[in-house]
Amino acid sequence: MDSSISTEKSDVAIAAHAAHAHEEDHAGNSMFGFIVFLLSESVIFLSFFAGYILLKTTTPDWLPAGVSGLEVSKPAINTVVLVSSSFVAYFAERALKQNNLLVFRLLWLLTMAMGIYFLAGQAIEWSELEFGFGDGVYGGMFYLLTGFHGLHVLTGVLLMGIMLAKSFVPNNYAGGHTGVDATSLFWHFVDVIWIILFVLIYIWQ
Amino acid sequence: MTNVPVEGIKIPDIAHPEPQNNWRKYFSFSTDHKVIGIQYLVTSFVFFLIGGLLSMVIRAELITPPADLIDRTLYNSMFTMHGTIMIFLWIFPSLVGLANYLVPLMIGARDMAFPRLNAAAFWMVPVFGILLMTSYFLPSGTAQAGWWSYPPVSTQNPTDSVITGEFIWILAVAISGVSSIMGAVNFVTTIVRMRAPGMTYFRMPAYVWTVLSAQLIQLAALPALTAGAIMLLFDAAAGTAFFNPEKGGNPVLFQHFFWFYSHPAVYVMVLPIFGVFSEIFPVYSRKPLFGYKVVAVSSLLISGVSVLVWVHHMYASGTPGWMRMLFMASTMLVAVPTGIKVFAWVATIWKGKLRLDTPMLFCLGALLMFVFAGVTGVMLASVPIDIHVNNTYFVVGHFHYIVFGTITMGMFAALYHWFPKMTGRMYFEGLGKVHFILAFIGTNLCFLPMHLAGLHGMVRRVSSYDPEFAFSNVLASLGGFLLGMSTIPFILNMVGSWAQGKPAPDNPWRAIGLEWLVSSPPPVENFEALPIVVSGPYGYGKSDPLVENAAALKEG
Repeated sequence: MDSSISTEKSDVAIAAHAAHAHEEDHAGNSMFGFIVFLLSESVIFLSFFAGYILLKTTTPDWLPAGVSGLEVSKPAINTVVLVSSSFVAYFAERALKQNNLLVFRLLWLLTMAMGIYFLAGQAIEWSELEFGFGDGVYGGMFYLLTGFHGLHVLTGVLLMGIMLAKSFVPNNYAGGHTGVDATSLFWHFVDVIWIILFVLIYIWQ
Repeated sequence: MTNVPVEGIKIPDIAHPEPQNNWRKYFSFSTDHKVIGIQYLVTSFVFFLIGGLLSMVIRAELITPPADLIDRTLYNSMFTMHGTIMIFLWIFPSLVGLANYLVPLMIGARDMAFPRLNAAAFWMVPVFGILLMTSYFLPSGTAQAGWWSYPPVSTQNPTDSVITGEFIWILAVAISGVSSIMGAVNFVTTIVRMRAPGMTYFRMPAYVWTVLSAQLIQLAALPALTAGAIMLLFDAAAGTAFFNPEKGGNPVLFQHFFWFYSHPAVYVMVLPIFGVFSEIFPVYSRKPLFGYKVVAVSSLLISGVSVLVWVHHMYASGTPGWMRMLFMASTMLVAVPTGIKVFAWVATIWKGKLRLDTPMLFCLGALLMFVFAGVTGVMLASVPIDIHVNNTYFVVGHFHYIVFGTITMGMFAALYHWFPKMTGRMYFEGLGKVHFILAFIGTNLCFLPMHLAGLHGMVRRVSSYDPEFAFSNVLASLGGFLLGMSTIPFILNMVGSWAQGKPAPDNPWRAIGLEWLVSSPPPVENFEALPIVVSGPYGYGKSDPLVENAAALKEG
């Protein structure tokens, strides 16, 4: 009996110590909260995807009159650029962890440039299309999905801009790299969503 | 490192910029979870009164068969706004407020994980509440498509306005959604990562389990409504055709989006009240909660099943037979974890030393009405019955037994039970009992006859009806007015007690729980030293201490 009580107490003491560390762990909380948020955010996309699949499979005249489908090659290049940017972001993050600020900034800037290239490519594609937002369910769905995703890409680029600017603030990384880690995670998220989107919209025509 | 002592002196000054009992803090951007909790509760109660006033007008219209009191268009606006206000501005925010107040205290944390996010989420509530109210001043009037806003009704624009009531409605619901997601992220992070040492998952009070389960539903299902609302907004404002059958769209798709969230939302609303039952029954029966672990886990089970039942709202929406069968089965499955809870509560009360104070009375009344609502709920899950009573007052009666009989009554129980903790004052027991008796009789008088009218075919959302339903409706209206009256002793009690009630001791109910180990009201940051929890939450009838360092929790 005695020994079991004393082990329990020492367990509690260890737990107490761990929890005190926990209480201070604001960065850990932020990262955890951000992951929870991203999981929730993904449900909006899943809902749009479900709506897209349902409407595509049940709408009698899916494509608006005079529209034959989407051109795939340019969006495919765009896709390659966006997906590769995720790897660049990963190496940027790694450089930061090795305290190599210069490499981090260069790679981070490159990721941003690739994101902007993607957005520009999409803007050009939109301007060349022969159907609009109000042209049937198809037009609505196309612009809704690409637009909502594009907003996320734009948000990602802006977040990266903020992180880049902050990297010039002295002692910015004293409390860890949570901001950069979270932005990077967001960027991967946006990429994965795009891959699904690309398959649904461009491959499955 | 040399400046550490200086910081040690400065930080408390910054952390306590104002005196403790300053009423102004309730009107400030405070980041204290207890202030925010009370802000939520008071704000939502104001909207409860507004929503209640609308229902008084509805019951006044329905006391006679013809539509003779208000214009039909205004009537449509009345029931739409009544439902919207009661759900998005009373039940949701009041429950979030209660959870905000209790969760950090119950798990032994000093605050929520993200205090500023918490405050921002709260301040959205008055913003979208007032925004919703402004739609009364639009030429188009408020939204009139019911709280579920089905297209094509909701996308009509008969007054040809640029900004319609429906537009404002969608905007308000969207802001409410953002606020809810911010809250959900905060609660989940707080419960998973901020528990005190020794506070394992199976030492958390059942209430915390229900809050966790409810907030997980918010995270998993609310974004579906957001998606549907975005598409609806574009249909109404930008001429898209997602839900417009004339241009190839599918209006039933909106119903899927809507109910994929709004059915689980019912569990978001009722789970924390289950938690309140699980907290209050043991205290006033002086017995441990029966089957604590099973009750705790059944909350998560309810969350899991809840996202698989939404089509039962759409049996009459051209749903194919196999789908109806599937969702009938999954819906009835919900009764299993729920039944487990009901049996656990009954077993907790069984042969206990019952103390019939106001919180216990409200809980017993709410449990009784919940069992009734559960029975009609299983009836409605059955396809043949649902087809028969679809869109009738049977449905209205059923869900009011949940939203008023169970949730609102349970919320009153919680408010009375934790009132001494929140304010440091005791409420007046006599007024509390008057409130309970009026509310209990009023609820049953108002909502029980609706079942009868519905079974005989009275449809909902109409301002005139066949005289054969007159008797049920007179009873319902009288019950409704009684319910309206019942809030008067409550308001008198809360305001009067807060101002002049007897000072409350730390633990007036001899309850077990971390929140009862600190002073009433608890100080900013709750605990002087973090509690070290050494036993489970319901040690009634045992003499095990709950924490190792009870003396160190309080200052001085």
